Amino acid sequence: MIEGISIQLILTFTTLLFFIGLYGFLTRTNLIGMLISLELMLNSEAVNFVAFNQYLYPGKLQGSIFSLFIIALAAAETALALAIILQVFKMTGSTDVKEVKDLKY
Amino acid sequence: MYWDIFHLMRNEILIIIAILTVMTVDLFLSKNKKHHVIRLAHLLFAVILIWSLLPGKTGYLFGHSYLTNPLINFFKAIMNIGVMLIMLQAVNWIKRDLIPQGFASEFYILIWASLLGLNYMISSGDFLMFYLGLELSALPIAAAVAFEFFRKRSAEAAIKYIMLAAMSSAIMLFGISLIYATSGSIYFHDIVNTKEMPLLELIGFVMMVSGVAFKISLVPFHFWTADVYEGAPTVISNYLSVISKGAAVFILMILLFIPLRRYEQTWTIMLYVLAVLTMFTGNFFALRQQNMKRFLAYSSVAQAGFILLGVIGGNVRALETVIYFILIYIFSNVAAFGAVHVIAMHSGKENMKDYEGLYRTNPLISLVLMLALFSLAGIPFLAGFFGKFFLYATAAEKGYYWLVFIAVINVTISLYYYLLPVRAAFLRKSENPIPHFKSDIYTRIGLVILVLGILFLGLYSPVYEYIAEISKIF
Repeated sequence: MIEGISIQLILTFTTLLFFIGLYGFLTRTNLIGMLISLELMLNSEAVNFVAFNQYLYPGKLQGSIFSLFIIALAAAETALALAIILQVFKMTGSTDVKEVKDLKY
Repeated sequence: MYWDIFHLMRNEILIIIAILTVMTVDLFLSKNKKHHVIRLAHLLFAVILIWSLLPGKTGYLFGHSYLTNPLINFFKAIMNIGVMLIMLQAVNWIKRDLIPQGFASEFYILIWASLLGLNYMISSGDFLMFYLGLELSALPIAAAVAFEFFRKRSAEAAIKYIMLAAMSSAIMLFGISLIYATSGSIYFHDIVNTKEMPLLELIGFVMMVSGVAFKISLVPFHFWTADVYEGAPTVISNYLSVISKGAAVFILMILLFIPLRRYEQTWTIMLYVLAVLTMFTGNFFALRQQNMKRFLAYSSVAQAGFILLGVIGGNVRALETVIYFILIYIFSNVAAFGAVHVIAMHSGKENMKDYEGLYRTNPLISLVLMLALFSLAGIPFLAGFFGKFFLYATAAEKGYYWLVFIAVINVTISLYYYLLPVRAAFLRKSENPIPHFKSDIYTRIGLVILVLGILFLGLYSPVYEYIAEISKIF
C-alpha cells in the first residue's frame, strides 16, 4: 500500500495503460510497435494483480504470484514473437504488417 | 503415496518424460540418422496413449490448483488419440521436407509441449494454472506454424497467430484480474461460493470468455482461423482445428458450469448470439472457398457454432453430448484434413478444381474424403449424424426451438458445400487428373483407423453410455 494513493487512482492508471496498449496494437503498422503495445497491455495486468492484492486482500499472496508468472510469460511470448518477426523480415525485407498480405479472403 | 501423485498426474508426467527422451536421443544422432526419431516418437506416444486409456481417479494436487476426475482423464485420452492419428499423418511430411534439412524431433517436441499445455489447462483448478496451460499450448504451436521456414506463407501465418493469440490472452488476463478483484481468489472452488454479482466482475467475465472464444474461433474472434490454417503445415492446421479447439470447448464448459454458474442468465444469451453468428458466418464463408484448407477452416468455424448448441444446455447432459461430439469431430475432421494432406503431399495440389476426376485415379483416398465430409455434414449412420442429433436434443430439451431451427437451416447450407469436393472427385471428369499415388504405411494405418471410427463410433452405443456415466461430476 502507498500512502495517499487510492485504489481508484491505480485502477484508472492500469485501465488507461491497457487501452493505450490495445489502441496501439490495433493502429500500429510496424510489428515491433505492435509487440511493444502488447507489452503495455500485459504490464497493466501485472500492476492490476499486485494492486488488488495489496489494497483489497492484504496478507494473501495469490495476486503477487500471478503477476510474477505474467512477467515470465510476457518475456517468453516476446522472444518467440521476435523470432517469428525475424523470419518475416527474412522473407519480405520489412517488418511492416502491410507486407504480410499473401493470405486473405 | 508418491505412486498416487504419479497416478493423478500420469498424462503430464509421461508427456514430459517423452519430450525429454526425444530431446536427449536427438543429441546423440548424427545428421543423417535423424529418421530413427520417428519410430521412437511413435513408440513413446503409443505407450502414453495406452496408459491414458486406463480409468482415472478423482483427486487434486497442489492445493486444488490441479484437479482430475474420470471425465477429465477420459478427455485427455481422447486428445491423445487425436494426436496419435495426426502424428501418423505427419510421417511422410517429416520424411520428405524435414529430414533432408536435419530436423525431425523438433516437430514432436513442439506438438507434445502444446499437448502438455492443453492437459494442464483442462485439469486446472485455478486461474493461474488455466492461464499457464493456455499459453503453454499456444506458444509451441505458433513455433510449429512457422516450421516450414522456407515458405513465406508459413511465416505469415505464424505472425498472425502469435500476435492475435497474445492479444486475446492479454484481454483474457485483464478479465481474470477483475474477477480476482471482486471475488478475492483465483481458485475456482472459492469463486463458486461467492454470491453477489458486481458489474465489474461481469465485465471481467465477458473479457475472459472472449479469450477462450478466440481459441474455439467463435465468430467475432474467428479472423485468424482461415489464414493460419492455410499458411500452416497441414498437420498443424489439423492439430489446431481439433485438439486445441476441443480442449478449449471443454475448459469453457467447466468454467461456465462450475465457477461462473451464477451468471447463467448472461451466458445463455451470450452463447445464443455467438452460436447463431458463428454458424451463419462459417457456413456462408465456406461456400465461396476454393482452397481446401481454407474450406475446412471455415467448416470448422461452423462446427464450433454447432458445438455451442450443446454448451448452451448447461447441465450434465450438455457435458456428455458435447464430449461425445468432440470425439466424433476429432475422427471426422482429422480424416478430412488427412485426405487433403495426403493429396497435397503427393501432387502439391490443394484446390477444389484439382480434385476433378480423383475417383478414377485414386478411388480409396477419395472414398476417405467422402466419408469424412459426409460425417462432418451429418449424413445418417455415419458418426457425425449421431453427434449432431444429440447436440440438437440438448438444446431442444432446454426449449431453444428457434436455435435448433436455425441450426437445421445451417446444416442444409453446409450439406451443399460439403458435397462440392465430393462432386468434383466423383462426378466430374478432367483432362489431367491427379495421377495415381501410393502412400506409406503410417498414413494408411492412420486413415484406416479414422474410417473405422467414422463408420462405427456412432453405431456402437457403449461409448456414449460410458461418457454419460463419467460425466456426472457436478
